[in-house]
Amino acid sequence: MERRVALKVVGATLGASAFAAAMKPLAEWAETLTAEQFLQKHFKELEPEELARVLERIEEDARAKYGRTDVTVRADAPMEGVEFGYALNLSVCIGCRKCAEACHRENNHDRASDNSYIRVLEMDQGSLDLEHGNAHYDHPVPAPGKFYMPIQCQQCRNAPCVKVCPVQATWQEEDGIVVVDYDWCIGCRYCEAACPYHARRFNWQAPTIPADELNPDQGYLSNRVRPQGVMEKCTFCLHRTRRGQVPACLEACPTGARVFGNLRDPNSDIRWVLANKRVFVLKEELGTKPRFYYYFDG
Amino acid sequence: MALLASVWGCSNDAPRHRAPAPGPAAFATEIHVSERLTSIETGEETTVGTAGRVACATCHDVVDTGARAKKPEELEAFHRGLQVTHGNLACTSCHATGDPTALHLATGEMLAMSEALRLCSQCHGPQRTSFDHNAHGGLNGHWDLSRGPRLKNHCVDCHDPHAPAIGQVVPVLEPKDRGGQVEGKH
Repeated sequence: MERRVALKVVGATLGASAFAAAMKPLAEWAETLTAEQFLQKHFKELEPEELARVLERIEEDARAKYGRTDVTVRADAPMEGVEFGYALNLSVCIGCRKCAEACHRENNHDRASDNSYIRVLEMDQGSLDLEHGNAHYDHPVPAPGKFYMPIQCQQCRNAPCVKVCPVQATWQEEDGIVVVDYDWCIGCRYCEAACPYHARRFNWQAPTIPADELNPDQGYLSNRVRPQGVMEKCTFCLHRTRRGQVPACLEACPTGARVFGNLRDPNSDIRWVLANKRVFVLKEELGTKPRFYYYFDG
Repeated sequence: MALLASVWGCSNDAPRHRAPAPGPAAFATEIHVSERLTSIETGEETTVGTAGRVACATCHDVVDTGARAKKPEELEAFHRGLQVTHGNLACTSCHATGDPTALHLATGEMLAMSEALRLCSQCHGPQRTSFDHNAHGGLNGHWDLSRGPRLKNHCVDCHDPHAPAIGQVVPVLEPKDRGGQVEGKH
């Protein structure tokens, strides 16, 4: 065999195997992804009947995977004349992390990583320096000289996470909730880097949840079980709040530190707090204009 | 143009369907009636493993307690050793002297146990104001009363009236991130 031919054969073999190796993830991906899923449109571009089919398919998949016939996946629309706001009284929060636990269960978080959309910082009294907040305390609370600051998505009016998304997989709904279309997200994590509140989470693995612990009451834009490799975030439990209920973290709070309601209703509880308490927002100087307010009030 | 837009499906930023606005309140706000108002713990477990309780009326319907003690130490039997760390209040500051199953306001007005909220509010006005606006005490149910009811906690659901300060608890669910590796501990 001529040297030239031999080199060509070797080159072609190497090239073909490299190509096969490069394409392997795609082939594996295709095994779990149907043509219908691949061709699914962006959430906001789905016609009502298309959305109904998508919801039905996700519902069927979840029912089959978890062996639960009670799973429902809905896409509740924002309510007319409603903009959600949340306030938290730091004087009564004791740092028990019950809110984080309730979030973990309500939103079908990965059990292995104990994921939650709420991170509670233990802070020194007299300081609001988040850099010195500690999320990993494991002693009885409240500890002397400390206060506790739960931080979750602030549902910013001027949300940096929405601006940086290269594929518009995350946006702000009319009731102020910043949502993610998990089927459109490419998992680049730009939004995680952009968020000044460390509020976004990434699904490094597909969440593992025991079937009997699965919350069957699910929303397309909120707590349905996320696929691997996508971003997720707090939605103020929109599958609950868009049906008039309070978020799970509020119900779980044993000290009543949390106040939730409609910012556009002048008679709402949240408006009463804004009018009567000295509220502040986190990192106001960044101009993110959060819909999450904190206050101290013995 | 409108036709072209509809053909090309430029619906990305068109407002989606919206759910109806909250209407007038069709459901009620209830305040939880705690068993703490009408019974005390026996210190023993029931057969199903819950803390045993006995209704105040079980004894106080048949026993004439006569004059009321000012402090638990003055008692000769029952309720002895009750820890009271609630300002300088005497038993009789809240409990009615004539009727052991009732309370009284500072004005002397008699008050059923179930009305205890009014009694607490005599001193804790700001908390009562916040409570009335659902900014103290916590609740379950609905923010929108046109869609469902709401159940609020009573003062005594969280505070022991004899020792109202909230004690320490052990926190749950310490955060982790990937694969159990604890974030922030580099």
